[in-house]
Amino acid sequence: MQDPPLTMIVRTAGTNCEGELRRAFELAGSRTEMIHLDALISDPARIERADILAFPGGFSYGDDIAAGRVFSMKLRTKLWDALCAAAERGVPMIGVCNGFQVFVQAGLLPGFAPDAYPDGAPQPSISLTQNKEARFIDEWPRVEYPSNSKCIWTQALAGCSDDPALLPIANAEGRFVAADSATIAQLESNGQIAVRYVDNPGGSQGSIAGICDPSGRIFGLMPHPERYIEWTHHPYWTRLSPEQTSRPVPGLVMFKSVVDAVASQPA
Amino acid sequence: MIHRFEVRAKDPKSDPTALKTTRQARALGIEPEAVHAARVYLIEAKLNAAQINTLRDALFADPVLETCSLGIDPAPDGAQTIEVHPLPGVMDPVAQTVQNAVAELVGIDPPRVSTGWRYDFAGVSAEQAHSIATGALANTTVHAIHAEPLHPDSFPSLAPADQSVVRVAICDLDDDALVKMSRDDHLFLSLEEMQTIRSHYRALDREPTDIELETLAQTWSEHCVHKTLKSTVRYTASGGDTIDWSDRPGVEISPDGSVVIHNLLKSTVAAATHELIAEGVDWTRSVFVDNAGIIDFDEHNAVCIKVETHNHPSAIEPYGGAATGIGGCIRDIMGTGLAAKPIANTDVFCVAMPDTPRADVPDGCIHPKRTLERIIEGVRDYANRMGIPTLNGAVYFDPRYIANPLVYCGCIGILPNDKTHGDAQPGDLIVALGGRTGRDGIHGATFSSAELTDTHADEFSHAVQIGNAIEEKRTLDAILRARDPESGCLYSAITDCGAGGFSSAVGEMGETVGAVVHLDKAPLKYDGLRYDEIWISESQERMVLAVPDANLAALQQICDEEHVELAVLGTFGNSDSENNPELLLHYTGTEVGRLPMALLHDGIPMPTRVASWTPPTVEIKKAGDIDIKRALLELLAHPNIASKRWIVRQYDHEVQGNTVIKPLIGPGGIGPGDAAVIQPVPASKQGLAIGCGLQTSLGDPANGGDPYLMALAAIDECVRNLVCVGADPNRIAILDNFCWPGCDDPNNMASLVRACMGCYDAAKAYRTPFVSGKDSLNNQFRTKDGTLIEIPPTLLITGVGIVPDVSKCVTMDLKSDDSTLILVQPYPDGDEKFNPDAWYATSLWNARGSHFEQLYGIPRESHPSPLEFDPTFGKRTAEKVARAIDEGVVLAAHDVSDGGYLAALAEMLIAAEGTGRQIGAHVMTHLDELSFAFGEAPGRYLLEVRRERAGEFSQLGSCVGWTNPTANLYVDACATGKNAHISVSELRSAFLGTLDW
Repeated sequence: MQDPPLTMIVRTAGTNCEGELRRAFELAGSRTEMIHLDALISDPARIERADILAFPGGFSYGDDIAAGRVFSMKLRTKLWDALCAAAERGVPMIGVCNGFQVFVQAGLLPGFAPDAYPDGAPQPSISLTQNKEARFIDEWPRVEYPSNSKCIWTQALAGCSDDPALLPIANAEGRFVAADSATIAQLESNGQIAVRYVDNPGGSQGSIAGICDPSGRIFGLMPHPERYIEWTHHPYWTRLSPEQTSRPVPGLVMFKSVVDAVASQPA
Repeated sequence: MIHRFEVRAKDPKSDPTALKTTRQARALGIEPEAVHAARVYLIEAKLNAAQINTLRDALFADPVLETCSLGIDPAPDGAQTIEVHPLPGVMDPVAQTVQNAVAELVGIDPPRVSTGWRYDFAGVSAEQAHSIATGALANTTVHAIHAEPLHPDSFPSLAPADQSVVRVAICDLDDDALVKMSRDDHLFLSLEEMQTIRSHYRALDREPTDIELETLAQTWSEHCVHKTLKSTVRYTASGGDTIDWSDRPGVEISPDGSVVIHNLLKSTVAAATHELIAEGVDWTRSVFVDNAGIIDFDEHNAVCIKVETHNHPSAIEPYGGAATGIGGCIRDIMGTGLAAKPIANTDVFCVAMPDTPRADVPDGCIHPKRTLERIIEGVRDYANRMGIPTLNGAVYFDPRYIANPLVYCGCIGILPNDKTHGDAQPGDLIVALGGRTGRDGIHGATFSSAELTDTHADEFSHAVQIGNAIEEKRTLDAILRARDPESGCLYSAITDCGAGGFSSAVGEMGETVGAVVHLDKAPLKYDGLRYDEIWISESQERMVLAVPDANLAALQQICDEEHVELAVLGTFGNSDSENNPELLLHYTGTEVGRLPMALLHDGIPMPTRVASWTPPTVEIKKAGDIDIKRALLELLAHPNIASKRWIVRQYDHEVQGNTVIKPLIGPGGIGPGDAAVIQPVPASKQGLAIGCGLQTSLGDPANGGDPYLMALAAIDECVRNLVCVGADPNRIAILDNFCWPGCDDPNNMASLVRACMGCYDAAKAYRTPFVSGKDSLNNQFRTKDGTLIEIPPTLLITGVGIVPDVSKCVTMDLKSDDSTLILVQPYPDGDEKFNPDAWYATSLWNARGSHFEQLYGIPRESHPSPLEFDPTFGKRTAEKVARAIDEGVVLAAHDVSDGGYLAALAEMLIAAEGTGRQIGAHVMTHLDELSFAFGEAPGRYLLEVRRERAGEFSQLGSCVGWTNPTANLYVDACATGKNAHISVSELRSAFLGTLDW
């Protein structure tokens, strides 16, 4: 039998959600390998082992200067070619919270048409910046998963509503902003908006919580799906009906969708 | 040269920093027409134009939202500029990150960096701009405020320090001179302690070196040695004494009626634990000896817990004080056993009323609202960056915390149960890991033992620090890797550098084996530190390990990979000529100090303390005509009761992905949970509940309270909070944190004795062993005109309880619109001595010590007896409630505390809101209805149970009403007919309004 897919999780000083991200992938059936960013930079070929790449949440390098800035600078200057090669190989990638901020600043999102990866990292056209109240927020806002989304991580959740349709956020710089309204319109028409807030606590433009690249494989989101892989993670699970809690947990669905898809690809 | 970069929002009108600054200015009564904010980076390096452009475009600015310019941007017309930078020597974590990023990005050696913020205020005067700076943007203890942009030619450098050995003449000093030296040199030792030191050196026929004297002062400080709580106390009571003194451990009753207690802590808090262990409590693992108490969790893991206070530093610099408070407590967990992984934090703050008029804030103090905001930001920024969920806490307001805010920070860790103990071995290397040593944090331990005055902010600015969480996170990552190799842990012992710095850490680890330290080997933040400063500096984020020589290379490799600095400072194992362990200190080969470990650890004289208790006599105020609706709404809006959502939402309470019961409950995320529950080992169903108890008003002598009752009630409240979420009441471990005013005052010493006795009695009754604790005494402030402000005696009890199965956890939000509400009381059933009339008067129908009394006085019809509480009844009640929860018949459970039974019910109603389905309640009050509704007697729970099974609860409590689908609370005042009808949305507005800043 073929080995289960290998998810490579890239950590560094100040990332702090890699443990639960690993657990989510393992519950979804993946093998995992945790690697320090500097170890990957010193040997970028190691990325070739990965079937899935994951960038965890946290405060990489203290989020000093801006959230994810130093991490993304290292990706742009040291790992751009290796990441593009992985993307061309069809490797799904997820950036959660700080990982999303890193993707955006590195220029991996909103991304490129397949076979159109530039030689160097481009200037960002979108940003994740300070919440409108200029402070950290931890809560579980309601979300929706647009039905036209190409995102392979969230497609299975398109009909998700009511009590299960929440996701936990925990960030100070989670407000999505685009350089212009055309960018938002293009993301919408391209099916790149993967998750939207119904309540929009940080004040994101277009209520955007997460987007994918045009291939649907590279996905970044501010909420933490890895904190929603058991029903006991739900903020009011003590009120949920047994019927509800017998269904799959939405956060885990994201990981399982992609791990299953990779596993079912011919070797 | 220094390059200056300014980064600002392209559109200041939508810049959250500028908008926040505008709100802060308004709160100070200043209306700027416009505010512009900019981040400033000063880089001292030789850079060419290409390098400058790279930094500007690729590092500093977000190209979508920001612009970055070189040099000084001109200010908008007529605007007042304020620039805030850290003072030289103050930790600047952003600068450290920038230093490394610049070096990596443009390929130069790490340059010196300083960062700051620039603000331009239009439409304000220069004085107003300065007021905004001092009132909201800067603290001059750690920041420099400039009225124009700062662009110096170079950064100041410190000259290398003079390292000649200084001897302090003490042998020939008389007592008066000893007292003067103790205060002037910031030793804060008593005369007897100074005399003991003098005798030691007279016997040696030499004078001490400065470093020897400093080491003794640090090690003997109240902060490090808890000398008040360990002293012998002679206690007398005038008037009646409600404590039965017979058959207490360590207590002698003299013929004259006075009582002598030998080692207060050992005879009460510790005695309860050791007696419980002897009686069969077999799940504690390490109590009182390590940096945290350790208990069993499951067959592979143990759990450890510690709660610290960081009060004095937080009074002077609330942000840095609170951040380094939680940072230090996390290091305690990292330094427990062979290192634990931190899995949860707690925080409890006591501050003065947030609406205190500015004119009433004494000189030398910060306004309490600002203090609270900055404390919260400090805990938030450190704990969130460490990736540890902050799960439980409380805030208590009283005007007497105006100069002495209390900051309690707790941390819980998990560790393999074969790694719960470490000992430094002779020959092990003394290894320092983590942050560098600087001049920040000198004299923290002795400072924390002093009474504050209005000049302390200036005198002790060096004791205050700013933390760097990422440094600590890297160190944690490295330590956990070094702990767990298959070949075994790479070190034999570990501890943190807390109060006293290296002097305490090495002194404690080497207590039985001795140590030789080479102080010149410590990595320094900058030049200019003398050897004694290196030894006692409390710079943050440092750990000390005892490492066998053979493991050093493996440890070094891990540290290199995690970017953690490692330094070998010396070796453990050193004895004097008589084979007694000795501490030997060198600087570049010269001996600078030599101290017997026995003098450090056992040499401190323990004088007898005097305690005299006079039961406070206060006039009972009688309430006027108050209706239930008004009282309930005003109580819900009282800052002590009002929602703390604004605070809790700023903490990450679910990082690590193990939080099962969060601090905010219900679909709307508003309900104040009783305790949090985590599932630290996801593969196991077992959980850990985390809660606390704080009953300050019941112990407040100024309010007629008794600290003995306060201790009983705090432990009871902690137990109830844990039981309400599903903890096993027979698997609860607790911690004590005493914050007291000065105990040289016999009245305060007596209130401390009484609280300790309450701790003993309640811990025995509830079978809840204390596993760790800490005290912070001398929380009082001398104003410029000599007035003394003492805090009320404050005892925090923190508890952790094992939850056998997290799927059975219960929350406090009402679940059904057709259920029965049961008020559970510690009813003394089956007790022969039971006198129902007396019981009603002293507990159930009693509003003494309640928030109702604080607002209005005692209800007119009530009997003003003092409140009484028997913890043995409380224990039986806790077990019955736990059984009902385990059987699955309890839909919601909430402890009845601040605001009494109706406030508890209101919170349960508010918490249920948000699903679209309405839940209301119809309840009754009894005779003496205001006391019944709003009294805060200990021991009570409010439960929502399935209507069909309510009959089974007749033994447990009384049915007080039912839920219904109305979205209203209807209170049927059976006795007076003054019924109340209140909508849940009115309750909600009152509850949320006060603290939603």
